[in-house]
Amino acid sequence: MVSPRADEPASTAPKVKLSVKDLTIRYGQSTALAGASFDVYENEIFGIIGPANSGKTSLLRVLNRMDTFNTAMSWEGQVSLGGQDLRTWRNLYSLRRRIGVVFPLPVGLPMSIYDNVALSPRLRGIKNKAELDVIVERCLTRAALWDEVKDRQQQLGSMLSGGQQQRLTIARALSQEPELLLLDEFSIAVDPVTTMKIEDVLRGLKSEMTIVLVTNLVQQARRLADRTAFLLMGECVEVAETEDLFTDKVRDPRTRDYVEGRFG
Amino acid sequence: MSAPAPVAAGKPSMFAATEQNVHNQRVMSAVKSLFLGMTLLLSTPVVIILSVLLYKGLPAISWEFLTADPIQGMTAGGIFPALFGTICIVVVALLASVPVGVAAALYLSEYAPDTWFTRTINLAIINLAGVPSIVHALFGLGAFVLFFGFGTSILAASLTLAVMTLPVVIVSTRESLQAVPLAFREACWNMGATRWQTIRKVVLPNAISGILTGVILEVSRTAGETAPIMFTGAAFFLPFLPQSVFDQTMALSLHLFVVSTQVPGVPEELPYGVALVLIGMVLVMNSLSIAFRVYLRRRKKW
Repeated sequence: MVSPRADEPASTAPKVKLSVKDLTIRYGQSTALAGASFDVYENEIFGIIGPANSGKTSLLRVLNRMDTFNTAMSWEGQVSLGGQDLRTWRNLYSLRRRIGVVFPLPVGLPMSIYDNVALSPRLRGIKNKAELDVIVERCLTRAALWDEVKDRQQQLGSMLSGGQQQRLTIARALSQEPELLLLDEFSIAVDPVTTMKIEDVLRGLKSEMTIVLVTNLVQQARRLADRTAFLLMGECVEVAETEDLFTDKVRDPRTRDYVEGRFG
Repeated sequence: MSAPAPVAAGKPSMFAATEQNVHNQRVMSAVKSLFLGMTLLLSTPVVIILSVLLYKGLPAISWEFLTADPIQGMTAGGIFPALFGTICIVVVALLASVPVGVAAALYLSEYAPDTWFTRTINLAIINLAGVPSIVHALFGLGAFVLFFGFGTSILAASLTLAVMTLPVVIVSTRESLQAVPLAFREACWNMGATRWQTIRKVVLPNAISGILTGVILEVSRTAGETAPIMFTGAAFFLPFLPQSVFDQTMALSLHLFVVSTQVPGVPEELPYGVALVLIGMVLVMNSLSIAFRVYLRRRKKW
């Protein structure tokens, strides 16, 4: 086991949860991300914005080492979670259990609503029905879905509406009790009212976990993210306090053009 | 054909069908009738076979026909030993091929990397499906009867049939596994599930109905094959029931061949009766699996 780095800067500085250094991701010959570097602090919401095809999703896939399921995908650079290098992580299943992921399109697994949320606890070995009941209710409540489904938890999760399935996916991710929550354009299939509900939930979750929010919506990043990275065509253009991107403090003209809606 | 403007006399209407629309619709109906015709043509042989069999074979069918031994040099009596033998052969063949086939398909679909080795295995499976059944028969004779020393027995016959039907099981299982969306697997992997946990919790429950379809096909083929069991386990005439899998047995398919061509003086309805029982048995097994499949599919869907 790697011990936490002792030579951390002064204790007032925020603790780094996730550190990405010179991360380059390739699919065969084509490069999806070229040398991105940033730190994500503990208990913050870190936004990642950028137009389509700029490497946002690939980045998330590396964070929980889904590259092991895709032989065409390779990456270089250093990524560490809680101070431990992802390459030296011996058991990737334990890594993935600590990271919750929400996909752009909702994936309600073809099992009951209850089983969807109880799946991860069951994989961890929790069998006690009462204990599972508590977890399921807590996770569904936090994903703002409990009131709508509490009386029909045995119905198929895949038969819910798109927005409900997305909240189910979030509940499932929360049932992992993750340290890091990765959200990949979660609001694509969700109506604005539900999106606002989920955004409220995320603000509440911040105190318990670190959240990385990939989004197409610049305004969503502005509403939620403490700090934001702007990716463009595989390049990490700028990382800054989110509000700075919307003021004169913005450093790169491309960032300003993007957040002001001049391209992308 | 020449005037493009579909203008009704005097009053133009933007909703009138253009010539192109009309043409498209005619083509569509023509194609539809063509396909319907093909489908009807395809079902004709089935209807004819079934009606001839019913018409000619039904008089032979009786409770005694199903439960008695053949007598008078197989020109009279029943077919019970053959019926029982076929059921034994099918069951043992299923027990041998379904676990192996499903496991191989799971490996190929869920675990195997895309390498030359995997591709070679896939090619071998496809080729195995193309081997004529008489060649399987000779292989079974050499391998199971002589080399492994099972003798001519139910076991040897069933294993020969299992080898022959393995490609059907593997290919249909693999197809149904791959019909389960990748997104389901990824959602599960992302939670930290291993490949096996993902297979057990998500992939198999959703692929089971497709896997059963493969098994149904296999049952039909196993019950009807004659050549592979002729040298390996089926007896010409044997009015006893087998005591173990190491005994020979009669089988419906071989019995049909025998009473149709090898025995003089068989009443005309007897072979038709045997054929009807054979088809009926396959249909009963199929409908059981279909009912099971429908039951599973109603519980699991997306």
